[in-house]
This record gives sequence, structure tokens and C-alpha cells, in this order.
Amino acid sequence: MAAAAQRQTGWWLLILPAFLLMTAFYVAPILQVLAISFTEPQPGLQNYERLFTSESVQRVIGTTLRICLITTALALLLGYALAYRIALAEERVRRWWILAVLVPLWISVLVRAFAWVTLLRRQGLVNQALLETGVIAEPLQLVWNEFGIVVGMVHYMVPYAVLPMLASMREIDPRLLAAARGLGASRFTVFARVFLPLSAPGLIAAGVLVFIFSLGFYITPAILGGGKTLMVAEWIGLQILDLIRWGLGTMMATVLVVAILTTLAIFSRAVDLRRLFGSGA
Amino acid sequence: MEGAHRPGGAAKGLAWLVALYLVLPIGIILPVSLTDQRFLSLPQEGLSLRHYATVLTSTEWLGSIAQSFWIAVGSTILAVVAGTLCAIGCWRISRRATDLVRALMLLPIIIPSIVYAIGLYRYFAGLGLLDRFLGVVIAHGVTGIPYVIITVSTALAAFDPRLEQAARGMGASLWQTLRWVILPRIAPGIASGAIFAFIHSWDELVIVLFIASRDVFTLPRRIWDGINENLDPAMAAVAVLLIVFTVLLLLLDMALRRRRDAP
Repeated sequence: MAAAAQRQTGWWLLILPAFLLMTAFYVAPILQVLAISFTEPQPGLQNYERLFTSESVQRVIGTTLRICLITTALALLLGYALAYRIALAEERVRRWWILAVLVPLWISVLVRAFAWVTLLRRQGLVNQALLETGVIAEPLQLVWNEFGIVVGMVHYMVPYAVLPMLASMREIDPRLLAAARGLGASRFTVFARVFLPLSAPGLIAAGVLVFIFSLGFYITPAILGGGKTLMVAEWIGLQILDLIRWGLGTMMATVLVVAILTTLAIFSRAVDLRRLFGSGA
Repeated sequence: MEGAHRPGGAAKGLAWLVALYLVLPIGIILPVSLTDQRFLSLPQEGLSLRHYATVLTSTEWLGSIAQSFWIAVGSTILAVVAGTLCAIGCWRISRRATDLVRALMLLPIIIPSIVYAIGLYRYFAGLGLLDRFLGVVIAHGVTGIPYVIITVSTALAAFDPRLEQAARGMGASLWQTLRWVILPRIAPGIASGAIFAFIHSWDELVIVLFIASRDVFTLPRRIWDGINENLDPAMAAVAVLLIVFTVLLLLLDMALRRRRDAP
């Protein structure tokens, strides 16, 4: 028995380096953020009072929630169409479709935001093409506003939506679909009455994932919003770096973490994060 | 399979549109990077490599590329060593406590980098690690651990635990079991984790924006400044180089997975 316990100790020692690193260099700085929100500028809850009294704080939260909900809805819709196609594809072509999802997933978020600026800005390629073909007379304002942010964010989030949905769709027994067809159901009925309900767990998981990733998104909104449309993450950065208001910045960071962890806790049974990166290729 | 249910025309068309939306904007950077003009545009009269030349002869860009590369190497080593050992320990003990440890290790994926970045800004100021190579390596290494844990745990799930018990039963020490039984079996999973941890550090911007300023000026940081200050075609050339680099790493990962899955 003592030998067995000794063996266990050996395995626990393997966990130790990661645990210490994570505690000292990840958890500690984050706990400090939470603590500062209650202690600066004076101890108390006055930073949190701003949630109810400050119009600018409320506006940032409202903007963030609106953009995140729109982004989640669009990413789910587009991602579902793509996942559906991939799930029902033949093995040979499936590999290529999955590549079309994985390559954008891993390409630098900066590169992608840069690509959208190139396309959408006033002298950008989209406006140029539309002007030259005479569709429009004046360049359209496609970026540095909420529209630009949503285009860029949906582009970033679609792969994250596809992977959990695809994982759950591939567990659907294809014979069920063939049977439904054989019994005379139309293609649409098969989809609406058989496929869609069976893929619902993946849809929920994808929705939760995209929503929580969108909430704290920094780079894409900062570049494509052009400083005019502020979302929570950029607002926090502004408070800390430019205005040196640690209390307010950390308060909003705390609210962000609480919102994300609450969302996850509510849907915890539907979301398996390991699956997201474990599946795929 | 004959008679299998296939998507209808509308579903297929929509899927194609989504795939184009995902891939085209990234693809458009290639012709833009080859423009013969001095501003961000499609090539007008011919293709030109001058913007690549600008980047590849600039000491600033090359310096940032080198710095990003070494930071990524350092943080990948940190993440792979800590993450692999932790994943093996959790897998072998497999109790409620280790589920909690694993959940803790996934936090960096769940909590937004902005929250971590402002925390670290303050935390590192106290430790004298702001704007230091070591500071960025630690930050990227710690946030890279989840990627390693995920891939190594996936590899371990396919590993027969009786092999480990047999080795121990025949008197192998923990170290010998690790070295000769477990590690060779999960090597492809570790390699995948290393690739993702590397890409994570190589692309990371938000943390760097807060904890580095002058002495440490990584590639993403230079691109960020470029996008905000002067949008010139050299940026497109850098973007293409980055895309090529990422795609090569992904292909390497796919090749490794194929070897692992092969019987």
C-alpha cells in the first residue's frame, strides 16, 4: 500500500511544474486584477456603482452585447451551412473542406484584419470595384464602424462555430437520413425533422463558444472599429494605458470574466473545449 | 455509399459562399503584395517583388522576425515540457482533483487575453519583467500550455494503460516508463501541441502590447503599428510571408497526424 502511495506521488510530481507556473504566472496576475477592482482608487464598491450610474460604461456594454449577439447569430448560420456540407461530403472531398476551415482558423488574426482593411476601406478594393463598374457613385463607408467589426469578427468566428457543430453532426448515423428519405420524406423534411434536432447539441456548444470568445475580443474590433466603435476589451485597454484608471479598467475586466464564466457554467454540459481542438484535421 | 443523403443545391451553394468568404479575403493579399504601385492596391502594369525586398532588407522587420522566432521557441519549450508532464500525470491519476487541474490549465483559452494582459502589466512591473525577453517567454509559455494539454490528452486517450502497468510491474522506474514506454507513443501528439503553442506565441499581440514596449518589439507588434500608422504594400508582403509560414506548419501537423493514424 505504501509503495502504491509512493507511485502516486511520482505522478503528482509530474503535474507540479505546470501547476506552479500556472499559479504563479497566470492565476496570480488575474486575481490581482479582481482585487484592484475593489481597492482602487479607494477600497469599496464605487467602481461597480459606475455600472448603474455611468452612461459611457453602459454604452460600451450595450455595444459589446449587440455586436456579440449579431456576430454569434451570423457565425452560427454560416458555420452551420459549412458544417452541414462537410458532414455529408464524401471522404475524398471532406479533407479539402476541412482545410478551408482550419487554415483561416490558424492564420494570424492581425493578417486577417489587415486583409479586411485592404478590401473595405474608402479607397479599398471593394469600393474601387463598385465605383469602376458604376454600381455606386460615392465610396461606401464599409469599415471603421460596426459593420466592419461584424464582418471581421464573423470571419474570425466561423471556424470556431464549424468545429463543434461538425463533431456533433458526424455522430449522426447516416442511415437515419437514408431511412427517412426512403420512407418518402422530402430533403427539407429530413433536414428539419431529423438532422437539425440531432445536431442541436453541437449548435448550442458552438453558440456558447463563439459568444464567449466574442465578448473579450480585442484586435479585430480595435482595427476595424477605428477607435470610433468601442467594445469592452478595447475600452479596458484605453482605461489602463491612456487614462490610467485602474479601478474602472479592472472593474470591467472582472465583469467580463464573471460574464464568461457564468455563461460557461450555465451551458457547461453542452460545451467540451477539448473536443474543439482535439477534432478537426 | 449508394443512396446516402447528400445536401441539396441550396445547401451546397451556401457552403461554397461561406468557404469563399473565409478564404478569399486572405487570398487577395497575395496580388496586393505583388503590386508595382507605392500604395496598397492591385498590380496595375506588372508584378513586382520590390515590397518583399523592402521587408527582407529592413533591419527593423528582420529584427522583429528574429525576436518573435526566439520568443516562440522559448515559450514552446516551456509549454511543451510543463504541459506534457501535466497531461501525463492527470491521465495516470485520473481523479476528480485532476479534472480540476485540467480545467485550471484550460483557463488561458477561456479568459480573454486583455484581462490577463492588464494583470500581467501590473504584476511584471513588480518583478522587473516588463519589456524583457524572459517576461514575454513566460507569458506566452503559460498561455501556450492549454494547447499542449489538449493535444497530448487526446493522444493519451488512445494509449493502452496496461502497457504502462506492465512496464512498472516489470520493475521499470517512473522515469524509465516515461522515457521508453509513454513518450514514444504520444510523440505525434506532443509535436502537434508544440506546433500550436509555437503558432500561439508567434501570433500573440494583446499581451505583448501591454508588457513590452521598446526592447522587445515582436513581429505582430510591428504589424499592429504598421496597420495603425501607414498602410503600405510592405505590410501585405509581411502578411503573405506569415500566411505561408502558418500553412507550412499546419501541413507539417497534418503529415504528423497522418503518420500517427496510420496502422
